Amino acid sequence: MSDFNIELRERDAVDVLELKGYLDAHTAPKLEEAFQSLLGSSRYNIVVNCRDLSYISSAGLGVFMAFIEDVRNNRGDIKLTNMSPKVYNVFDLLGFPLLYEILNDEQEAVNRFVHTTD
Amino acid sequence: MAVRKQTITIPSRTERLIRVREFVSTAARKFGFSDEDVSKIALAVDEACTNIIKHAYKSDPTKNISVTIKGRNGTFEIAIRDSGKDFDPAGVPSPDMKEYLAHYRRGGLGMYLMKSLMDKIEYDIKPGMPNEVRLTKYLHR
Repeated sequence: MSDFNIELRERDAVDVLELKGYLDAHTAPKLEEAFQSLLGSSRYNIVVNCRDLSYISSAGLGVFMAFIEDVRNNRGDIKLTNMSPKVYNVFDLLGFPLLYEILNDEQEAVNRFVHTTD
Repeated sequence: MAVRKQTITIPSRTERLIRVREFVSTAARKFGFSDEDVSKIALAVDEACTNIIKHAYKSDPTKNISVTIKGRNGTFEIAIRDSGKDFDPAGVPSPDMKEYLAHYRRGGLGMYLMKSLMDKIEYDIKPGMPNEVRLTKYLHR
């Protein structure tokens, strides 16, 4: 069994990455590949659902930092949703909520894209 | 609750980080820390080991990292040792997070996180000797 898995879904022309398990220095390259693949296909409206994300270290945070500029330069965004308090605390400790939109619910995040691209 | 001194030695491989987190979490929980503090301690130790794997050992999987835990009188200490490249911790300033985020910087957050998560961080780095970093958290009742 793997420590970390990503499920990719498409919802209203928004790509949803659902993260499961432990995101650390060992598993971060997997998330990096998923972002690279989306950006390589010019997909820039991305929601990351963290409902089943049990753990994140700075290696995982680094992946979000690696792609956010490119995504926003292409008029897209990475929005994060459904974070457990434990995972949110790590983002919060570093001030990441200043840079990333963190929402309670996946649908809410998808709606924001739909409304801004109308 | 006291926690007897115990050590785990792992090869310098990121896939073993999960084992170290489990080892540290089990002891921290037994010592009496809340779930929130257990998570903080495990993350700080993960960051320390990740830095060693990436920077001190340059991802050489043949090297080892040892993690020793002891807990007494409300003080929980984790000593992490490696025999890799030494460095000057004073030469690594804490990032200004506003500036960091505004300029989409990447990396260099491990030591800052460790400082934010723990009560005390001490580095023992001498040329020709194993490097040691000690992370301490106090149990506040």
